[in-house]
Amino acid sequence: MATHLILQKIFKTGFVSEPAPQADLNLRTREQALHADILKVFGQSVAIRHVDAGSCNGCELEIHALNGPHYNIEGMGVKFVASPRHADVLLVTGPVSRNMEVALKRTFDATPEPKWVIAMGDCGCTGGMFGESYASCGKVSNVIPVDVEVPGCPPTPIALLQGILAAVSKAKKTAS
Amino acid sequence: MKIGEHDWHLEPLGKHIWRGRMEAGQLLALSREVKEEGGQLIALWGSDDRHLAGGFGIHAALLTSSGLAWVSSALAANAPAYPDLAHIFPQADRMQRATFDLLGITASDAVDDRKWLRHGAWPANVFPLRKDFDASLPATHDTDAYPFIRVEGDGVHEIAVGPIHAGTIEPGHFRFSVIGERVLRLEQRQGYTHKGTEKRFEGMDLATGAKLAGRVSGDTHSAYAWAYCMAVETATASAVPERAVWLRALFLEIERIANHLGDLGYLGNDVALSFGFMQFWRLKENWLRLTAKLFGHRYLFDCIVPGGVAMDLSDSGRAKLALEANRIETEVRSLKAIYDEHATLQDRFANTGVCKPDLAARLGLTGLAGRASAQAWDARAQFPQAPYDQLDVSMSTQRRGDVLARAEVRFTEINESLRLIRDLLARLPAGDIHTPLKPVQDVCEGLGWVEGWRGEVLVAVRIGADGRLDRVHPHDPSWQNWPLLEVGQLGNIVPDFPLINKSFNLSYSGPDL
Repeated sequence: MATHLILQKIFKTGFVSEPAPQADLNLRTREQALHADILKVFGQSVAIRHVDAGSCNGCELEIHALNGPHYNIEGMGVKFVASPRHADVLLVTGPVSRNMEVALKRTFDATPEPKWVIAMGDCGCTGGMFGESYASCGKVSNVIPVDVEVPGCPPTPIALLQGILAAVSKAKKTAS
Repeated sequence: MKIGEHDWHLEPLGKHIWRGRMEAGQLLALSREVKEEGGQLIALWGSDDRHLAGGFGIHAALLTSSGLAWVSSALAANAPAYPDLAHIFPQADRMQRATFDLLGITASDAVDDRKWLRHGAWPANVFPLRKDFDASLPATHDTDAYPFIRVEGDGVHEIAVGPIHAGTIEPGHFRFSVIGERVLRLEQRQGYTHKGTEKRFEGMDLATGAKLAGRVSGDTHSAYAWAYCMAVETATASAVPERAVWLRALFLEIERIANHLGDLGYLGNDVALSFGFMQFWRLKENWLRLTAKLFGHRYLFDCIVPGGVAMDLSDSGRAKLALEANRIETEVRSLKAIYDEHATLQDRFANTGVCKPDLAARLGLTGLAGRASAQAWDARAQFPQAPYDQLDVSMSTQRRGDVLARAEVRFTEINESLRLIRDLLARLPAGDIHTPLKPVQDVCEGLGWVEGWRGEVLVAVRIGADGRLDRVHPHDPSWQNWPLLEVGQLGNIVPDFPLINKSFNLSYSGPDL
């Protein structure tokens, strides 16, 4: 019987979730006014809307991985949502293809203020291997304002989590 | 090489790979004979050959009983055109439209001549893959209008989804025409992730090209990087050390297992069995972490390079990998017992998203999804490149063509890949892992053909006399399989779309290029 087998497997597996990493404030590229005040209202919870703006789907693999049991992101108050209208954070991957430029801008406009944008991956941060061309606008900040950049090809789930926490951390980035 | 009644004068280009040139008119006759003997069109693309004292070129890769035939025809520099192949191989339709958008090469008498990769970013009379394309022209921002095929009648309504979807998936547009919940027609619009990959290859050095090839579709990195390297090594007549070839196969099977584990988890998730998601993703994460520990990258990015591989495997690493392979086999077996026993899951999987074998054959369904619909093609089994010619791969097939069949093929392929990994580890030859490529003397070309986890990946390469890439065309199996998702959805209810879609799990970035 399936229920019996499921329960057996769950007990045998035990807990695999790991403690959360620290926010990496160095990934922040922009400080919004009232950042700390906004977070007082948000409390400890943040809703993320992912937008693939032209990625090779490598970054998506790691977003999926982040939803797996090792990372327990919902336990940290991080949740992926289905609509930008429900989101506090836009997580944007890829160089922004010209065919996605309008959709990305509209998604940004549909996200209620206050909001943060995280550019994920080398392509999102710099344009990466695809750069700027007849078909690519390059990095995400060429199209919408970006608060946090998480480099990597693709960034590991831990690096991504550090970037997400940096976006919504109350701490201020210290001048380096 | 004979196909049907005729000798088409094809010359061997690599193992099981043939090369030929013919008049554009003959492409039609060749295609008919290939279709007649049960073969398929795998890829179709064009090239601008005017700088090589030619006009344009049209290229087709056909799967025949003797292997893969890459045939090309020279076309005029003015108004280049070739006969429509989509009436023989329906899968040619989108490839023909993309070839026009990028190069202005027309498929004469094609029924469907709507644009495909071009949205609003460049004008209709400009062709980015032509060598004289002026990249400095400011981008246009024309509004993208696309004529979807309308279904009319009492009670029919449309649901437009995308390009941005509700989940973490790539962007594309789906237009459902429905009555109640039942889907009467699904039409896809893609090209949203078109980022100029083929143009980007032009003028690139051979080593950087491998990195870009691996990023055509990130989840298929090793298959693309290997196919690209195979093409470059064929073009330059360079030999690769045996150990490197075996390590490439190891990487490819590691990639296949990672993707199949993830998909089986998501298939559980899509029928509300989140237990399945958590269990399979636990296994996948452990697998990725071990991969990173052994080879420095969770998805093996940039481990396959022209002339060999960049990462070696130590003896202790071999033992760790073999141990983890055994562990995964046991765990997957216990999870399969649960999937087999779970009534809701079986009820949702069985008879959902059916692609019958005859339709799959007619429309060219390929790879993993093809094998679930009795299309018994697996390059590793039928036309094995080294080292698969020494591994005796057992192909997994099903006849049902539904979500259940596609899940079953994944289960069987995980086991076969684990067996292959153990075999590869046990018999891994000693020696170097890299030899430099031979220098390029003149314009040369090559083709790579690798059975990736989703299906066959092809990369065709032409290198210029300066030793830099002149034209690269990577081909993703999703080109052929996307139209079958449209067909598989017919008659099913809208809420089953995510499940059917996930059971195919096709790439957007791969065919969008």
